[in-house]
Amino acid sequence: MIDAHDSLIVRTMARLLIPLIQLFAVYVLVFGQYGPGGGFVGGVMLGTSLILGILVFGPEESPCRLANKVVHGDGIGLIIFAGVGGLCLIGGGEFLNYSDLEIPWVTTDSRRRFLGILMTQIGVAVDVAVTAISIVFSLSSSDESEQPDD
Amino acid sequence: MTLWFEILLLILLVVTAAGAILVKDLISAVFILGSYSFLLALVWAWLGAVDVAFVEAVVGAGLATIFFLLTLFGTAPKDTHLRRSAPPRLALLGLPVLGLLLLYAAEDLPRFRNPASPASVHVSPDYLSNSLEDTETPNVVTSVLMDYRAFDTLIETAVIFTAGVACVLLLGRKRE
Amino acid sequence: MIEHIVAWLERPNFIAFVIFFLWGIFIMVAHANLVKKLIGMYLVQASVIFLLVTISAKSQATVPILQGTDAVQSESPTIDPDQYSNPLPHVLTLTAIVVQVATLGVSLALVTAIYREYGSLDEDEVLQRIE
Repeated sequence: MIDAHDSLIVRTMARLLIPLIQLFAVYVLVFGQYGPGGGFVGGVMLGTSLILGILVFGPEESPCRLANKVVHGDGIGLIIFAGVGGLCLIGGGEFLNYSDLEIPWVTTDSRRRFLGILMTQIGVAVDVAVTAISIVFSLSSSDESEQPDD
Repeated sequence: MTLWFEILLLILLVVTAAGAILVKDLISAVFILGSYSFLLALVWAWLGAVDVAFVEAVVGAGLATIFFLLTLFGTAPKDTHLRRSAPPRLALLGLPVLGLLLLYAAEDLPRFRNPASPASVHVSPDYLSNSLEDTETPNVVTSVLMDYRAFDTLIETAVIFTAGVACVLLLGRKRE
Repeated sequence: MIEHIVAWLERPNFIAFVIFFLWGIFIMVAHANLVKKLIGMYLVQASVIFLLVTISAKSQATVPILQGTDAVQSESPTIDPDQYSNPLPHVLTLTAIVVQVATLGVSLALVTAIYREYGSLDEDEVLQRIE
């Protein structure tokens, strides 16, 4: 249902804007602990950059083949988040208690919690980004894709 | 000067909400709803909730508008023009009564901008005082969200994942 | 009666919440178009989140980000909790906003599936075509 846009200005601006939005999204994600931001906003902005590509170029063109591949990894964000919590169980800790996280060259408890927060924020960002792209693909799919029941 | 800015912001908020409701064309209503989300984000930034304003501006004014527009683009133009029907009398009578009941409970709620309200005196000062030495994170909202209350965030991530899977199950994903 | 009105005027956020909440419910009940009902649901959710955030505001309080590099680098910073906005409702609000948009996505997927099956967004026509 979404066709590629045929205006040269829109296509050129989209080609310029998509990497800039992704750069800003990674900045907001990583600096979420020193200022406003964090996992959710970074993830939604990452998803938005690929949604812009889908809306301007259509789902089949080359900037969006990444989006087509990315939606196959639908649960990876949840696995990262729960995985970090599970890693805290190694060595007798509690689930999601980052001060029991075993990282070899980190000494203080507060540093471990800092790194635990960073890793879970990355997990949340991946999850939200992939879900946003997946919902946009679903809402823009068309009816001929329904196949007879197997 | 800032008082005029606040009053202007609140008037614009009510005007855009009214516009989103009373406009006859659905696509225009969706755009006005996006501007309502953006003004709401400005109000929250003025109240001191910058993380919330950030998320609301990106998610409410961006993602919600995209979802609505993608749904409306798949329908014919005859469906996006609304027809006026008579409002049900039960709603017209019952909802103001409900409103008066809610306002009757207003005295027990904390006053606006009160530092001693019950929401701010139990655990929250401990989080504010201990967040820096426990987690080296100046942003207290992020440290509370991802460290002190990490379980809520884990289950919320599962909810988002389930919503994505539900959309795929309902509609399929490939085009043509 | 006068003290009731004074109590209401001291809590303008609650009055705004009640107005938007009831207006959103009225839209969900009174309009027949399915997408318009979803706009009403969005307004109801936005009003509840509005109430949550305004409970956390304190007078002359700043954003809940502990002040700059002095707090980070000094040995034992003294932090006065009354100077910062309460961060707990912000946490609940972040979760609520993202769940709101996920719910909106699923509801819109349901509306699209209904449109594909019955060809109309108006609930009276859909009910007629079901029979």
